[in-house]
Amino acid sequence: MNYLSHADLGGQDGYGAVTPEPEGELFHAPWEPRVLALNLAMGATGLWNIDESRAARETLADYRDLSYYQIMLAGLEKLLAQSGAVQSDAIAARVMRAGEVAAMLARGAPTARPPRSAARFSLGQSVRTIAAAPPHHTRLPGYVRGKLGVIERVHGAHVFADARAQGLGEQPQWLYTVAFDERELWGGDTPPQGSAVSVDAWEPYLEPA
Amino acid sequence: MHGTDHDHEHDGGDEHDHGHGHDHGHGHDHGHGQTRGGSALSPLELRVRALETVLTQKGYVDPAALDALIDTYQTKIGPRNGAQVVARAWRDAEFRRWLLEDATAAIASLGFSGRQGEHMVAVENTPQQHNMVVCTLCSCYPWPILGLPPTWYKSAPYRARAVKDPRGVLKDFGVHLPDTTRIRVWDSTAEVRYLVLPRRPAGSEHLGEHELAALVTRDSMIGTGLPLDPGASAAAHALP
Repeated sequence: MNYLSHADLGGQDGYGAVTPEPEGELFHAPWEPRVLALNLAMGATGLWNIDESRAARETLADYRDLSYYQIMLAGLEKLLAQSGAVQSDAIAARVMRAGEVAAMLARGAPTARPPRSAARFSLGQSVRTIAAAPPHHTRLPGYVRGKLGVIERVHGAHVFADARAQGLGEQPQWLYTVAFDERELWGGDTPPQGSAVSVDAWEPYLEPA
Repeated sequence: MHGTDHDHEHDGGDEHDHGHGHDHGHGHDHGHGQTRGGSALSPLELRVRALETVLTQKGYVDPAALDALIDTYQTKIGPRNGAQVVARAWRDAEFRRWLLEDATAAIASLGFSGRQGEHMVAVENTPQQHNMVVCTLCSCYPWPILGLPPTWYKSAPYRARAVKDPRGVLKDFGVHLPDTTRIRVWDSTAEVRYLVLPRRPAGSEHLGEHELAALVTRDSMIGTGLPLDPGASAAAHALP
């Protein structure tokens, strides 16, 4: 089974300068806020979860040609098609009402869950990330695969994105911040600049080193 | 901009090609592509209107809720929230300790919580370490305190380069740090969201919380900028 994410950009060469933007500049076309709101409102229906929506977006074939809100729109259309929600009249969905917007946003959707086992790793421990890319949505970026890092924070157990994106339930796993030295990540061909990078990694992404 | 002036007359019976834009050829006068205020609606605008129409007709979305969502992120939730958090931490050592220890709770005590900020971590800049936040896999961002992410944060150049060439990215923002300051990049790959606590600018000792908050830029809380200099930012003090 093939799974190709077009969104895993970290560390890729060939991109130009970053263009700063003033603080108040939120939207660049009148349809953009409508897509944002549609995406949030449809997310609240429970027809799909946030990991499924990330998977839908990152596998859009033209992902890299699209703007953020174009990706959001195309992802929403794809999720709707997958869910059958438009063709069918029988799909139950929770509808977000104007009066509950503030409360629902303030509540959010926390992903912390009671752990089902003891943490396998502890602060300061050396770990190696798994090298293989799984054939499904995952949150371990390519640039840190198969790399040696150190556990810097332990966040408790969280809903496992890989499982939930596949519709396999929450399967909570311990989540860690793992830090990597730049030389480990980029090797000798990149001049060091006195930096380190961390990712937040679920336990199944890690092996003892 | 709000989709309340839809002129669509769909009866819901022609959804065979929903989700694929409105490029199907209607042989009848249907109102699509009409001009409004003298300018033709773009294909994207039409596509979004069609989507909103069908989702409203199917009962999945309440247009009033869409308006409320947009209003929230245009007027209520934005980087001024985060600036309040930072200003409080600069003024109140106890709050700063709490923020660094349990950012979610400390930030919630100022009234900011929820969607895309459920699990917060604050990381403090020091002369030894400068922190910078990115999401290389999508555009994860702490919405309750910073609002919607800026275009560059979501762009390929930032997502690609922030982890490998952070000093180069800082240069794009006009920020130059001494070589002795290490740069620590936080890639938000799970549901933890990061707030950079910038260093309090010299010369700000006499300022109150409101004035301090005016020095805190959005970019300084992502780590691609520094707070404004109190001496050189009289204009910034006029911010609400």
